[in-house]
Amino acid sequence: MAEVVFKTKGVTKVYKTGEVEVYALGGVDLELFKGELTVLLGPSGSGKSTLLNILGGLDHATDGQVWFGNTELTDMSDRDLTKYRRDHVGFVFQFYNLVASLTARENVQLVTDVSPDPMPAEEALTLVGLGKRMDHFPSEMSGGEQQRVAIARAIAKRPQILLCDEPTGALDSTTGVQVLEVLRDINERFGTTTVVITHNAEIQRMAHRVIFFQDGKISETRVNKTRIAPSEIVW
Amino acid sequence: MHALDIKLLRDFKRLWVQAVAIAMVLACGVAILLTSVGMYNALSETRTAYYERNRFADIFAQAKRAPLSLLAEISRIDGVMSVEARITGAATLDIPGRTRTAVGRILSYPEDSDPLLNLPFLVKGRFPNPISTKEIVVNEPFAIANGFKLGDSFSANLRGQKRSLTIVGTALSPEFVYTIGPGALMPDNESFGIIWMPERAAAAAFDMTGAFNDVAIAVASGMTTAPVIDALDTLLEPFGGLGAYDRTAQQSDAFLDAELKQLKGMAAILPPIFFLISGFLVSMVMSRIITLERSEIGLLKAIGYSDIEICLHYLMLAALIAVVGVGVGWVAGTVLAQSLAGQYARFFDFPFLIFRVSYWVYAAAGLAALLTTSLGATQAALKAARLAPAIAMQPPAPPRFKRSFIDDALARMRLSQSTVMILRSLLRWPLRSFLTSLGLALAVASVVSSTFINDALTEIIDMAFYQTNRQDAMLLFTDDLPEAVLEDVRHLPGVLQAESQQFHAAILHNGHLTKRVAVESRRPGNDLSRVLDADGKPLDVPANGVVLSKRLATQLDLRPGEKVDIEFLTGRRETFSVTVTALVEQHFGLGAYMNLENLNALFRQAPRVSTVNITLDTDQSDALHVAVKNTPHIAGIIEMNENRRSFEHTIEENIVVMNTIYIVVAMLITIGVTYNAARIQLSERARELASLRILGFGRGEVSYILVGEMMLIALVAQPFGWLIGAGIAQLMTSAFTSDLYAIPLVLKPATFAFASLVVLGAAFASVMIVRRRLDRLDLVSVMKTRE
Repeated sequence: MAEVVFKTKGVTKVYKTGEVEVYALGGVDLELFKGELTVLLGPSGSGKSTLLNILGGLDHATDGQVWFGNTELTDMSDRDLTKYRRDHVGFVFQFYNLVASLTARENVQLVTDVSPDPMPAEEALTLVGLGKRMDHFPSEMSGGEQQRVAIARAIAKRPQILLCDEPTGALDSTTGVQVLEVLRDINERFGTTTVVITHNAEIQRMAHRVIFFQDGKISETRVNKTRIAPSEIVW
Repeated sequence: MHALDIKLLRDFKRLWVQAVAIAMVLACGVAILLTSVGMYNALSETRTAYYERNRFADIFAQAKRAPLSLLAEISRIDGVMSVEARITGAATLDIPGRTRTAVGRILSYPEDSDPLLNLPFLVKGRFPNPISTKEIVVNEPFAIANGFKLGDSFSANLRGQKRSLTIVGTALSPEFVYTIGPGALMPDNESFGIIWMPERAAAAAFDMTGAFNDVAIAVASGMTTAPVIDALDTLLEPFGGLGAYDRTAQQSDAFLDAELKQLKGMAAILPPIFFLISGFLVSMVMSRIITLERSEIGLLKAIGYSDIEICLHYLMLAALIAVVGVGVGWVAGTVLAQSLAGQYARFFDFPFLIFRVSYWVYAAAGLAALLTTSLGATQAALKAARLAPAIAMQPPAPPRFKRSFIDDALARMRLSQSTVMILRSLLRWPLRSFLTSLGLALAVASVVSSTFINDALTEIIDMAFYQTNRQDAMLLFTDDLPEAVLEDVRHLPGVLQAESQQFHAAILHNGHLTKRVAVESRRPGNDLSRVLDADGKPLDVPANGVVLSKRLATQLDLRPGEKVDIEFLTGRRETFSVTVTALVEQHFGLGAYMNLENLNALFRQAPRVSTVNITLDTDQSDALHVAVKNTPHIAGIIEMNENRRSFEHTIEENIVVMNTIYIVVAMLITIGVTYNAARIQLSERARELASLRILGFGRGEVSYILVGEMMLIALVAQPFGWLIGAGIAQLMTSAFTSDLYAIPLVLKPATFAFASLVVLGAAFASVMIVRRRLDRLDLVSVMKTRE
């Protein structure tokens, strides 16, 4: 039995806007295992991003409990959550979120400067296939390249978990495939537990496990017996 | 209300802190413009009205003793409209209940009609009975300072005759709007008074029956005074004329003029700076708003709003800021103008002060503010209008950064990425960084250029009272006396040391350049009143030479070793050619110094003195005053300690007010600039900073980028601020320099340090307020939205 990296029990998240209460998550029980590549699927507003944010220490659950290994995240202070993110979590977002005034290498160094056991920025960039474009600014790169810099930045700290929210959402099929290949490569090479949120149902076929969300709850969990390579994904 | 107008008001509400920060800077400009222009007009209008109503003369002259018959000849001088002759003299006054001697300036009041010129304005009571020998009118401030009521009496020593005088009225005069007693530096109404005495009584007291020693002339309108002065000098010469002069050399008017000049300078220099800064801030904030509202602008255009409507919409936002600034500026300006008017009422004795600030000044200040903010917003508003809707709805391209040699330098310095972010951002927008820095530099300059006055005055006081004039008191004589009088003075109670000094009215000529001054002479080795060289060592004036103050030498274009013609207006009115032997730095008056013995030798007479400087045993000070009041020939006593104290007291009050105003102004500029710059930084960087937080950077580390960049700009601004401040201080010292006084440029490290402390402190506080927003940054939503 693989080691449990994340465990949630009855996690709910309620957003209050004025008088209205919106249930983003309505009691989610989930376990994620070490080295697993999981895809979260579901329509907009089904709660997948909310769960990802809670797992990543960006948001607090309204109710329920969340464990990272043996550590409970549920009531962690802001300072501890910052440390948790710094030491364990890598994020990849739809809109890259690179610092415009820093080159690719420097964007990665942002992380390597503060992590306890990082890989060299150059190595991280080479891993994502950008060894030759390290001194370019974001404005000098394509969307796919920028997203790969973001991935390099996320993995440079050797995180235990990589959380990706629509990593290919802003990309065309060719560059999207490149990005997915990098994600799979990282997952396999380092055994990093990877969670990918996507709207693209085809992407589920590269995952170990697929979790379907509907109205703030898990509606179905499916284990892929056979996985396909990103290059086989039809966009 | 249209939806667009509602958006306008909501935008303003959302931006109110930023808007207010800009509005405050604008308000400073409006307030200062209002105060300076308003007070300039008030003061000059009041002066004009007062001079006109009370027939202030154009030309003034004193003589030893001229016959009344000369008046007919004076009236015939081309251009003379009216002539008023009178008798003047000095008297020591013994005021009941007051130990110290007061000094009175006696003016005769004509017997059969009001004076034709320099008509006193009666405040209380009546003018004296022409045949009375006791009745007098005194100037109102003197009466108030001494608590006199009508009917009160005091005794006066008039050339050795003690006479009791009774106050029957109080008055003000256009000649004495600003009244300084002999030897004093500031008005002291308690110890110096103007006394109007019936002509007959004055003539008897000063032995002037059928004669006069003071004449005033009004010239016909459109006539210049110079030819009249020349003709008058010729006529008065045989009668001991001391040289006629026009209003520019009339003490009271010269002080008023100096004040007007200062107000004019203030109106010309300061408000444009404030308007400029607020224009820049508006431009900075508006272009940011338009970047943020890019897609909304696209939407508005897609709906069908015209370019002009959109342009106007953003201009209106700037106008709203201007409206707040102008409103606050009007209120503050009105309050400031009133407090300044209060100051004027204390220093200047006007029977009325027209201190309403005209509506057109309010209107002009408002318009100027509106114009500068609109100009600041124009570029941004035009950019909004020019955005094509399809493009506007797409996100803007990311800011372009390119590698340059600077990056290689940065790389070699092995700086942290946060520091690299700070430096790149500064270099990416050099104009913006420069202007922000310039704004803060101006704030520093504002503090430097106002607080340096403290050190300048300390130096003035040190020079005037501790270095050059070390006597405890000066005894003034009615006429020059033989130097043997020193022995008599030494026998007065409490006198420890006595040294002689002589003053002669003279005109210095160098080619076409001339200047009327008092030539001061003293014995070599005199220790109480000294002339100091550049190193602060006492300088003895060599025989056959004259030492000039630098300002006087500059005006006459003279250098040491050159000859100057000195035309003495006293005695035989002879002219001597004398070598300038040295120049000295001096803060009060235009000094010219000669050797007492040598000068009297030139006059072919035994040495005489007009003043004796003394040091005192303070325990016997009261006895000395009693003796002085009863001694003939003594026209007054000036106590240097009193003089210094009144100078320090008056100056201190003014300085505290002025420093406070300028420090507040500097803080407002700093807050306006820093707060807005930091807010814009934050809005541009929110995404990046949130990314860093997600990557695991702590709040402190992320704040470092925001706070670090602003404080770096503030630090860079410091040396520029010092330089600009020193420049403004230099300008101020030369602008405020007149024949009456000069302000030395004294710039000490502490002044710069204080200015930096004020500005850096205010900048840090402002950026820390913005920093609090960083803590509230919603990491999730920032990352979810595409900018």
